[in-house]
Amino acid sequence: MIAEKYAKEIEGIIARYPSKKSAVLPLMHLAQREYGYTSESAMKEVASILDLDPTQVLSLAGFYTMFYEEPVGKYVLEICNDLACALRGADEFVDMACKKLDITPEETTDDGLFTIKTVMCLGACDRAPMLQCNMSFEENLNEEKFDALLGRLRAEATAGTPSFSVAEKMASYAVKDGA
Amino acid sequence: MGHILLRHRDEGLENLHQLDVYRANGGYDALKKVLDEYSKDEVITIIRDSNLRGRGGAGFPAGLKWGFIPKVDGDKYVVINTDESETGTFKDRELVERNPHQVIEGALIAAYAIGAKQIYNYFRGEFMSAAFNFEEALQECYAAGLIGENIMGSDFSCDFSCHYGAGAYICGEETALLNSLQGDLGQPWSKPPFPAVEGLYSKPTVVNNTETLANVPPIIMNGADWYKSMGTERSAGIKIVCLSGHINKPGNYEVEMGTSYRDILFDEKYGGGIPNGKKFKALLPSGGSGPVIVDDALDAPMTYEGLTEHGSVMGSASLIVMDETVDMVWAAMKMIHFFRHESCGKCTPCREGVFWMKIVIDRIYNGIGTEKDIKTLESVANQIQGNTLCALGEFAINPALATIRHFPEEYRAKIK
Repeated sequence: MIAEKYAKEIEGIIARYPSKKSAVLPLMHLAQREYGYTSESAMKEVASILDLDPTQVLSLAGFYTMFYEEPVGKYVLEICNDLACALRGADEFVDMACKKLDITPEETTDDGLFTIKTVMCLGACDRAPMLQCNMSFEENLNEEKFDALLGRLRAEATAGTPSFSVAEKMASYAVKDGA
Repeated sequence: MGHILLRHRDEGLENLHQLDVYRANGGYDALKKVLDEYSKDEVITIIRDSNLRGRGGAGFPAGLKWGFIPKVDGDKYVVINTDESETGTFKDRELVERNPHQVIEGALIAAYAIGAKQIYNYFRGEFMSAAFNFEEALQECYAAGLIGENIMGSDFSCDFSCHYGAGAYICGEETALLNSLQGDLGQPWSKPPFPAVEGLYSKPTVVNNTETLANVPPIIMNGADWYKSMGTERSAGIKIVCLSGHINKPGNYEVEMGTSYRDILFDEKYGGGIPNGKKFKALLPSGGSGPVIVDDALDAPMTYEGLTEHGSVMGSASLIVMDETVDMVWAAMKMIHFFRHESCGKCTPCREGVFWMKIVIDRIYNGIGTEKDIKTLESVANQIQGNTLCALGEFAINPALATIRHFPEEYRAKIK
């Protein structure tokens, strides 16, 4: 249960706002980090922490693109193929990435490691092709750099120790913020 | 001359995101000057006199916006709009990553001017890691007494937090942003009430774009006349331009208002021309949301009004450049897919209209459309226009209408 495991972080988040309901997106981000996606039970946990109706929270999960309503791979490779990126070869990059992992967009590899999604503008158009993977941006990509990224992530998954965790960093801000 | 906003690019200022570097180079002097010397109204007057206008795209005068806040006691808020989601726009991201203190200082001055005790920076959720420097900067400010109780020993107290969205273009619209920050569905509300009167938590609220606020400290230090000495009469100062697509030197550039689009694209100081010896074909001057322009408009000045006679807008100055190889029906289709995905679903004309525009343009692009489909596309677009609550509906029709206007032969070539 996130309420117990992240009690201090949650308290820090709620304290930022005059209304508890404002903490709903931050807690949904936290729940997704913990459970991998915004499952119904996870959203019910968020609702109960904030005294909201579960339906309210579930409707937000459906509204916002960053929330995954179905389980995804350990690493979600979100490739922007919007116009500005496509002018710099993003569509071809998506094809290459999909072929390499033998999946189509929205699918997950059999080993559960990688999901590819195509997404709308991520604000890095000058460094396309680019992708976002578990909150980090990988930019100015080509096949060689993509291979290197896959190699790094596979090694990280085998070792079981993430090289860099956005989640931990965000948690530290939540606790310190406004202190 | 050094940069005014992208100062971290100047020699020796690579670490401007650190408080000690920022302060050693004049950082927070503007806040100190405001707290020591100016009344709230004087600050608003300076910003109004500087002609600083909203840099998110709408161009509303910033001083006027601040002046709308009722001068009564009670909770008020400053909300920074860092929900930068327009296709082709990546200027605010560079500011929060590399020069966060200038944004923080501008927001604190805004909060002082309107009497707010709380600032939120609403980032698009995808900018979580881009916001690390900004979060660190806030912690440094709290520790240094620049945020919190009795800032710099004055009687001005103000808190500051970051908030992260979760992937919704619509949340760049100020009322949708405020709904999202309140934990409600991120959809716009019908104005009035305007945020200046009833905004966040129904309290008076100023929502300013990140870049707009970064302009505030230099204006305070150098004066309104200095700012107005740059740019044109109605579009004062400088603007960060985002260059992407088919351009030799993509990236952000700090450009004086009034510079021609041709210079921005071809001057070696900026874009440096089209790669691979190709010819220029079309420019989206305002990301996906502004109508496309062609060569005859390139000598127009980059100002809020400069493209009016060419049927387009400066917007956020996100320039997506397309060379002669680009299929304009394909480009329109890409943009329509964007708006189809990002329509928030609140207003029927946008929700249903963009849905049908996607189906029709897909048909045309795939070579199974008819002459009638082009008319249908225009007709659906015209029925969205003027019938939606927010500007997104207005933006969504531009890709189709402007490409049909400039490149009708490309559409006809795809028809059976």
